[in-house]
Amino acid sequence: MSMLEQLNRYGGWPSNTPCPYDWDELIQEDRVHRLIYTDPQIFTAEMTHIFAGTWVYLAHESQIPNNNDYMTLRLGMRPIILTRDSDGELRALYNRCTHRGTTLCRFEKGSAKSFQCPYHGWTFRNNGKLSGVPWPDGYAGDFSDPKFNLAQVSRVASYRGFIFGTLNADAPSLVDWLGPIATPIDEWIDRHPGGKFRVCEANRLMYKGNWKLAYDNSADGYHVVFSHRSLLETENRLMAPNEKGMSYYKTKPDEQPMYVAYMGNGHHFKDKRPNLPKRVGGLWALESAHPGKEHYEEKFRAKYGARADEFLDLAGSEPVNINVFPNLSLLGNHIQVIEPLSVNETNTTWYGTAVVDDDNVLDGAVDDINALRMRTQEGFPNFGEVDDLSNFEEIQHGLEAIEDEWVYMHRGLGIPGRVKTHDNGVITAPATDEVFMREYIKEWKRLMKHPPNLHVRREP
Amino acid sequence: MSQPLTHDPHKTSHYISDELYRDVIAMFTDWQGDDRLVADPAERERFRMLIEKEARLLDQDNLEAWLSMFTPECVYWLPTTPNAGDPRREITISFDDRRRLEDRVYRLRTGYAWSQAPKSRTVRMVTNVEVFTTAEPGARMVRSNFLISEFRGSSTRWLNGWCGYRFVEQPGGPWLIQARQLNLIDCDQNLRNPSIVL
Ligand code: FES
Ligand SMILES: [Fe+2]
Repeated sequence: MSMLEQLNRYGGWPSNTPCPYDWDELIQEDRVHRLIYTDPQIFTAEMTHIFAGTWVYLAHESQIPNNNDYMTLRLGMRPIILTRDSDGELRALYNRCTHRGTTLCRFEKGSAKSFQCPYHGWTFRNNGKLSGVPWPDGYAGDFSDPKFNLAQVSRVASYRGFIFGTLNADAPSLVDWLGPIATPIDEWIDRHPGGKFRVCEANRLMYKGNWKLAYDNSADGYHVVFSHRSLLETENRLMAPNEKGMSYYKTKPDEQPMYVAYMGNGHHFKDKRPNLPKRVGGLWALESAHPGKEHYEEKFRAKYGARADEFLDLAGSEPVNINVFPNLSLLGNHIQVIEPLSVNETNTTWYGTAVVDDDNVLDGAVDDINALRMRTQEGFPNFGEVDDLSNFEEIQHGLEAIEDEWVYMHRGLGIPGRVKTHDNGVITAPATDEVFMREYIKEWKRLMKHPPNLHVRREP
Repeated sequence: MSQPLTHDPHKTSHYISDELYRDVIAMFTDWQGDDRLVADPAERERFRMLIEKEARLLDQDNLEAWLSMFTPECVYWLPTTPNAGDPRREITISFDDRRRLEDRVYRLRTGYAWSQAPKSRTVRMVTNVEVFTTAEPGARMVRSNFLISEFRGSSTRWLNGWCGYRFVEQPGGPWLIQARQLNLIDCDQNLRNPSIVL
């Protein structure tokens, strides 16, 4: 068996032996073992089984809008150049010279038709094809063998601007894999006029903890009033009590119309929209203090009258957490990307989004909407997320206690009638239920158990 | 930013407008020219002392006194790109008005800001203070470099970069900060626990 075949069979375990873990022991119905957050071997395997073995979010098309635009990123630990090549095709090229392995591109973004290796000058077109080698007469053979073209992610696809990639030849199509989570994604996109928005920089954070701690948290309605207590108190310091932001969590959150849902294939969804007043302006009515709030409110009302609330809602934070396994969350107006760096280090990058209105559907208001929307987006990362990240770091710290093995996620389990399974397979439960964690971690277990059929491709 | 106040900026945010954004962007564009550099040692010393005082107040967690160094209608801007960009079109690390600055302090004082429980201990070095004139006689731009050592959770880390200030003279009173732009050298990278007031 070749090394690559072994990798494909055993999923990247460091030795040439089968997986040492009994996954059914580590992942139980009501609890998971600490090792899934702390074990470097499991992390290494995740970089093939999960971050390659399933569709992984890479970037939004508005980040590389024109042909030849590129950005560099990681797929698992693999350095990638994501580019829209000269013919407009999206490609995730390995940022790794086929000669001796150095990265070709060291910039975070830019525009380039080709990449010349800084080490010995091999040059590659942005479709990955080797186009030039200095002094080729020093080689006995030629370079027509495709093995000299850049490796690239074998499957790259975009769902309405959201670009994903996988190396797994057996993964379903992107649309099939998204399944029911595509509906809230569509609604999130379509709340913008013409479905148009663009990524506009980011609140970039990192924490010293395992990447799954962020994904476990992303639909967690149980932590809100505790982990975010300082935020809730701050949001309401000048306002009528218990009205702003996520204050509705304070009283019996499980009896409210908001809910949490498991959407299949590891995706989950917390939908807080049912808690909002069902009227235009209902979203904005919940917004707490943001820079420019009163000025722009008054300006919109004076200038646009009845349309003002519609514009203010576009500046307001959409009350959903749409979590696409393993690394994408649409939270409010942010596109949050979870990027594992090591077993206990993770980047979470909260890309901001701005409304785009080429057709002037918004009667000239788009710039002011965005000026307000930028400030509403900065609120949560500054005053909320930092506290969650501290709690994630302290989980990682707590899990160093070797003998105390289990992490519980059984909230809601075994209570008759609490959790409902719908015809399309979606499972819903009250807002603080942990059913979404129990279900996604089953999908994680399924992927960890079965070695993925990984392939890179190269231009012929 | 200099009209008489018709609204209380501690409570409402009426002054953050398109006009203000344009003013702030203009303030922080092409302001560090040698032709505007102030050579007078007394004047340079005045601003160096203010910046050192600010560093001391922040290190001593005297955030309330620190807030009093700002004008009522102030701006504190941390860009997320090295060239600062346009905060109307781009997310920043933060773009605080008076009320949000007070929110920031309020949150840290709730006792429930877990990212600062326990609190970081900091010492700030501020150096390379340069003073620049502006078109207005009662306003100066100041640049300084900083190195913040932050101790928390059994380890010490360093945050550094440079700061731009617009100071305005109060009639018969002190010079106050009207706008502050803090540029971390790694502002476009993922930051761990950026929860202290920088
Ligand atoms: S490593 Fe790239 S040309 Fe040698
Ligand atoms: Fe949270």
